[in-house]
Amino acid sequence: MSRFRIEIRVTPRKGILDPQGKAIHHALHSLGWEQVDDVRVGKALHIELDADDDAAARVEAEAMCRKLLANPVTEDFEVYQVEEA
Amino acid sequence: MKAAVVTFPGSNCDYDLYKAVQQVGADAEFLWHRTHGLDGVDVVLLSGGFSYGDYLRAGAIARFSPIMDDVVAFAQAGGPVVGICNGFQILCEAGLLPGALIRNASLKFQSESVRMRVERTDTMFTRDYDEGQVLWIPMAHAEGNYRADADTLTRLEDAGQVLFRYVDAEGEATEAGNPNGSLNNIAGIVNEAGNVMGMMPHPERAMEDVLGSTDGVPFFTSLVGALAGSAS
Repeated sequence: MSRFRIEIRVTPRKGILDPQGKAIHHALHSLGWEQVDDVRVGKALHIELDADDDAAARVEAEAMCRKLLANPVTEDFEVYQVEEA
Repeated sequence: MKAAVVTFPGSNCDYDLYKAVQQVGADAEFLWHRTHGLDGVDVVLLSGGFSYGDYLRAGAIARFSPIMDDVVAFAQAGGPVVGICNGFQILCEAGLLPGALIRNASLKFQSESVRMRVERTDTMFTRDYDEGQVLWIPMAHAEGNYRADADTLTRLEDAGQVLFRYVDAEGEATEAGNPNGSLNNIAGIVNEAGNVMGMMPHPERAMEDVLGSTDGVPFFTSLVGALAGSAS
């Protein structure tokens, strides 16, 4: 068993209205960043867990996403990074 | 007729629901979310509030409370379950109702009264209303923006599963009459089997003239009347 640090990213599914992203998009435009085309706001979860190897750690993280961390109706998830702590 | 009102940590409309049920002549009891067992219960009510502080997503953690195993089994056996506001969010997270409720299009917590049209009266939740009746009902939420994929939405509409829709002063489901951005102005839905329903507005806050509206009363008399009629 080793300790792994995992970063999970959960983002609004494409095509789903993202009111926060829209508001930030507006704010960036009014601050002069008119080249900004799209903003979407999600969350990053940092999880530490013990697993045999990084593949096993990833399997657990994906199971957590499916069961709790992301809502499949509105969100996509990505186990972005798995590294030994 | 006995209603069970489930209290999660952060529920805050549970007493309102309890009182609304008693006002229309039925029994109510509170069930703490960590308990098990729904013996003798005729209907389960999930109240509004901020269960688990709305952490992660509204309703996402409450759906794994111990009592929810019983509620899911009760619903799957045909038992009536009602979720109001946070209760609706919990039922969607638990997969007992299709779709999801995301942040209001305004990004704000909106506490206001809204117009809501009754779309169907042949259900146990709406039989004491008139079809097309426009209700004046309080709502108070930040995540009430109903979302579902296109196929789910088509299925809901084709099967007549939309029970309540936000409308404007003319009783039309327009953008102006939509307070939170919900697809198709959806305020409340029922599952395919017809025994699980969820809505964002609060009928339990529209029970007396001093509260500004009594349009919530028929919601509770419908339920109690339907269940009294089917009881042995």
